[in-house]
Amino acid sequence: MAKSIRLLWDDVRKNRAIYLMVLPVVLYFFIFKYFPMYGAVIAFKDFTPAKGVWGSDWVGLEHFKDFFESYYFVRVLRNTFLISFYNLVFGFPAPIILALLLNEIRQKLFKSVVQTVSYLPHFISLIVICGLIIDFTNRGGAASSLIAFFGGPSTPLLNDAGYFRPIFVSTSIWQEMGWSSIIYLAALSGINPELYEAAKVDGAGRFRQIWSVTLPGLIPTIMILLILRIGGLMEVGFEKIVLLYNPNTYETADVISSFVYREGLAQGNDYSYTTAVGLFQSAINFVLLISANRISRRFSGSRLW
Amino acid sequence: MKGTAAERLFDIGNTILMLLLIVCTLYPFYYVFMASISDSNLLIQHTGLLFRPLGFNLGAFKKVIENPNILSGYRNTFIILVAGTAVNLLFTTLGAYALSRKFMLRKFIMIAIVFTMYFSGGLIPTYLLINNYLHLGNSLLALIIPVAVSTWNLIIMRTSFEAIPETLLESAKIDGAGEFRILFQLVVPLSMPVIAVMILYYGVAHWNSWFNAMLFLSDRNKLPLQLILREILVQNSTDSMTTGTGNANDTEAIGQSIKYATIMVATVPILVVYPFLQRYFVKGVMVGAIKE
Repeated sequence: MAKSIRLLWDDVRKNRAIYLMVLPVVLYFFIFKYFPMYGAVIAFKDFTPAKGVWGSDWVGLEHFKDFFESYYFVRVLRNTFLISFYNLVFGFPAPIILALLLNEIRQKLFKSVVQTVSYLPHFISLIVICGLIIDFTNRGGAASSLIAFFGGPSTPLLNDAGYFRPIFVSTSIWQEMGWSSIIYLAALSGINPELYEAAKVDGAGRFRQIWSVTLPGLIPTIMILLILRIGGLMEVGFEKIVLLYNPNTYETADVISSFVYREGLAQGNDYSYTTAVGLFQSAINFVLLISANRISRRFSGSRLW
Repeated sequence: MKGTAAERLFDIGNTILMLLLIVCTLYPFYYVFMASISDSNLLIQHTGLLFRPLGFNLGAFKKVIENPNILSGYRNTFIILVAGTAVNLLFTTLGAYALSRKFMLRKFIMIAIVFTMYFSGGLIPTYLLINNYLHLGNSLLALIIPVAVSTWNLIIMRTSFEAIPETLLESAKIDGAGEFRILFQLVVPLSMPVIAVMILYYGVAHWNSWFNAMLFLSDRNKLPLQLILREILVQNSTDSMTTGTGNANDTEAIGQSIKYATIMVATVPILVVYPFLQRYFVKGVMVGAIKE
């Protein structure tokens, strides 16, 4: 122990400038990432601002028990899982298919126009996008009129609990499909051209080449991104939810993170209880990520660590 | 173009699909543009798609540009964007360079940093830290310091620094240059492309961010543009701009037009610069992808 401290001290003296450079980043992560992790102990306490994190009284697992027994537990868990699951099922393949189709376009100019246009929604602010969604699905709006024409309701669609998830998921695909395809296009450009030549010599047509060369070349990237997606399966970001939902749609729209925000900061200030709910979510995600990584390492060889 | 009939059919189908994608992506913006220059009384009676303006009226633009909130929003966003990105750049460059060099704690620090991508203390403890312990409430610093480093950007930059040949740095060291001189006089000038990517990523993040501003700012004159937009577009409040426009129907009509004009005013700057900057954004993803 004393020896390794002396070794470290020697290293700090030798690389003084390097340690000085890394110091701001280390402080940043310590204060803004690790301190909140310590602060999360209030999930096991009855936090009051006057007593502070350290001084508040321990209550054990009481807040977790309250959450598990509450009416909201099943609702937010179901909504989080379903929205995330639909996002995975419909949203995950979309950029892969787009990348494959883009890769088959021979016209360079046309290809780059399609790419430029498809990345665009990623850069439009979420507020503007949600403003558009609200307006288009409003009574007489551009999208709701089309849906009403095919027999849908003529009321604002975002007041209808049955429409929330389809709207949320389809617009998310619209926002991110193009941008997410870049990473697959990067992987495609890394495929050795000789593989295509060899396939051609063996008499493979274009479809056969896509199946036997292009797709296998994408598998490692697909697996890595899939692990990350599964790790986030119990997480739906609250920003878009909070902008689009209203009390009429809580039944299908309220997810764990929006529940934490609403009960902890927006309407209530039950800090300990909502911290417990947030911690529950983080823990599930962490377990999911580790499991997905382990399964992938076992079966495909791709892994995060 | 040669190929079997099936392959030709595929090419045609593919082209049609891609054209459809372009239309689906761009139409909402086209709609907003057409609606923003339409006559508001005609617009409010209209339902469904829009292919050309209904009448012609720029009154809504006039209201939006005269709105003091939009102006102060732009000003605050500009301050946050410039100051925030400068802080981001300083922290990220120093940290990424240090972590690309060899020293004893490097691996430990990297693991500690990457771990935070997968596990966090959560919203409430972070809020309490910034508001109750650091007392950054109602200060623009609350929008800058807590987001000083993006883990993902730090990794992208480190990967890019690691690609610089070791021999180059060693020879500078032999010539007697210290680490700070090596970084700022050798590494930074060599890394302008990745620095451009960083400026763009951080800049876009500051431009789009609204949540922290909503949590921490209480003075109206400190609000960034996105929060002003939220009031107008999401909370549907155009009252401050429609007072004194006659009867209730007129007010509702002009309110609707104001929304579209607001979207135009807030989005056109992005749409104008985007095509020129797009390739830098893509470059950032490529550098990040190599890491995999």
